[in-house]
Amino acid sequence: MDLDALAGCLSSSACLVTQTTSGLIIGMLLFLVAVGLTLIFGVLKIVNFSHGAFYMFGAYFAMTAYQLTGSFALAMFAGAAGTAVLGLIFERVFMSRVYGADVLMQLLVCYAFVLIFDDVVRLIWGPEFKSMGMPAAFQVMPLFIAGGVVPPYYLLLIGVALVAAIVLGIGLSRSRIGKVIRAAAHNPGMVSALGINTGLIYGGVFALGGMLAGLAGALAAPVRSLTPGMGFSVLIESFIVTVIGGMGSIVGALVGALLLGLIRSFGSLGFPLFTEGLMYLFMVIVLVSKPTGLFGKEAA
Amino acid sequence: MTELEAGRTRTLVPVRGDAGLQRYRDVLIALVAFAVLASLPLFTGSKALLDLVIRCSAYGLFATSLNLLVGYTGLTSFGHGMFFGLGAYSFGLIMQKLGVPIPVAFVATLAITAVVAAIIGAICVRLKEIYFAFVTLAFQMLIHSTILSWASFTGGDQGLRGGIARPRFLGIDLSNHVHLYIASCALLILGLLAMRQIAQSPFGYTLRMIRDNAARASFLGIDVWRAKLTVFVLAALFASMGGMVMALFVSGAYPEFAYWTISGEGIFINMLGGVSTFLGPMVGTVLLLLLNDTVTRFTEYHGIVLGVVILFFALGLRKGLLDFVAEWFAHRRDAGEGR
Repeated sequence: MDLDALAGCLSSSACLVTQTTSGLIIGMLLFLVAVGLTLIFGVLKIVNFSHGAFYMFGAYFAMTAYQLTGSFALAMFAGAAGTAVLGLIFERVFMSRVYGADVLMQLLVCYAFVLIFDDVVRLIWGPEFKSMGMPAAFQVMPLFIAGGVVPPYYLLLIGVALVAAIVLGIGLSRSRIGKVIRAAAHNPGMVSALGINTGLIYGGVFALGGMLAGLAGALAAPVRSLTPGMGFSVLIESFIVTVIGGMGSIVGALVGALLLGLIRSFGSLGFPLFTEGLMYLFMVIVLVSKPTGLFGKEAA
Repeated sequence: MTELEAGRTRTLVPVRGDAGLQRYRDVLIALVAFAVLASLPLFTGSKALLDLVIRCSAYGLFATSLNLLVGYTGLTSFGHGMFFGLGAYSFGLIMQKLGVPIPVAFVATLAITAVVAAIIGAICVRLKEIYFAFVTLAFQMLIHSTILSWASFTGGDQGLRGGIARPRFLGIDLSNHVHLYIASCALLILGLLAMRQIAQSPFGYTLRMIRDNAARASFLGIDVWRAKLTVFVLAALFASMGGMVMALFVSGAYPEFAYWTISGEGIFINMLGGVSTFLGPMVGTVLLLLLNDTVTRFTEYHGIVLGVVILFFALGLRKGLLDFVAEWFAHRRDAGEGR
């Protein structure tokens, strides 16, 4: 424990800015993964235990696209589009067979794919750590805000995630498709009776969730190292986010992700050995005091 | 619950008169099984075979205890492996730091496991289905990350090194391979017998009722939370026993013992063997270990092979091996009675 370091950081604006931005990018990446998880749970009523694999694939797709084309924008597109297609296939071919089945069965199918996907990545890209490298456009002088160092790429990352959050939030509450999705979450039988193809909606929601996780992976690729199995720790953390925020709530996912990001970045100063433990502790406190999560509705 | 399902639970009613008889039968089967296993070293000198049986004992205890939660109570724990790791680490640490006799360390480890499981269980068993699965998983990761980060005490990612001393006690020398083998078999058989007694006891039938309809059980005056917590702690004790067998076998403890994949394998073992019969997980353990050993010999990408096998069972068969056998017997019996 190193409370002096934490207190020292809290009293210096430079350190405060640096730690807050690093907490924000952790939080924003987590949000993108977690919101997909919560969306899939809200509509399909299943927990996608293999969601971390989409994050992993997003990062690897982006790295390969970047190496082939040298374009950062294309790399982001490849990460997001590739995982969207993967999500659609995964849902239509495999997950659609276990709707309404035991939770155990759903977990098992996803567990099988966690094993398979990790090995597929090992087979294609090799088991060693990979790095995409920072694109040339962002290799510029970092910004100084109140004495704290903020790399411009961090601002882009936070911006993209924020835009995704806003588009998603407005799209779900205002657009026609958003309304259909929410209706399908509420009463799929009625939606289907009204002549809407619910299978397509389920596939679409899964593809959307996969795409968001893939986008998070692509955004993370320049700043994190890539390795098979990188998705699993992200999965656990984003599940903690959805538990804290409340399953099925987008605002909850955002708040939970930001809280967790800040806990991680400041916790690493005060409790360097117990940073992960802090997250679990926080989750336990939320669960014990409000089992449905901060923004969760009472379970029916 | 639909009427159809209500009809199916009819077979759950325990037949009081046969209970004593069945207990004698179970003990007899256990004695025979132990005699067969214990006489194995007389016929074969194969160390690999004995090693396989020891590993089956460790994983079998773990997987069967998980079935108490998954199959009997309907609690899908995805973090049960934490108690396997906890057992291995506590036992190894007590032996290394305190140098007490093995039975003392054994009992002390069970006590530690009981306390930890009671605390974690008290938080978890309130939660339903998927929340329960993931919160147990989160606790598993908490224990795993504690083991990794507390390197001065647990050895970090290197694991507990330097071996575990195995002093003689009561004429048993666990550093002797055959003695270790027989001790593992004895622990396995005793553990299975104890779990069988739990499953067949009135408490075991209470658990089945909670699984089938928790609300009804609650109306009948059963404290559901307490029953769930009790079975959570009991299952943890047997998982911890499995972890101790493993620690004795490898003479150490590694962070992988507490990693989530152990829990995933446990769930898969249960699926493979089937959760509707008591011995299903044991069959699943033998199958998985044989499968693992075979696959790793041919390819380094055993995740793909294992994943495809899991998919085959989960999507294709939708039940375990012993479930099929049990259904086949039930079918034959029904046919024999002219139904």
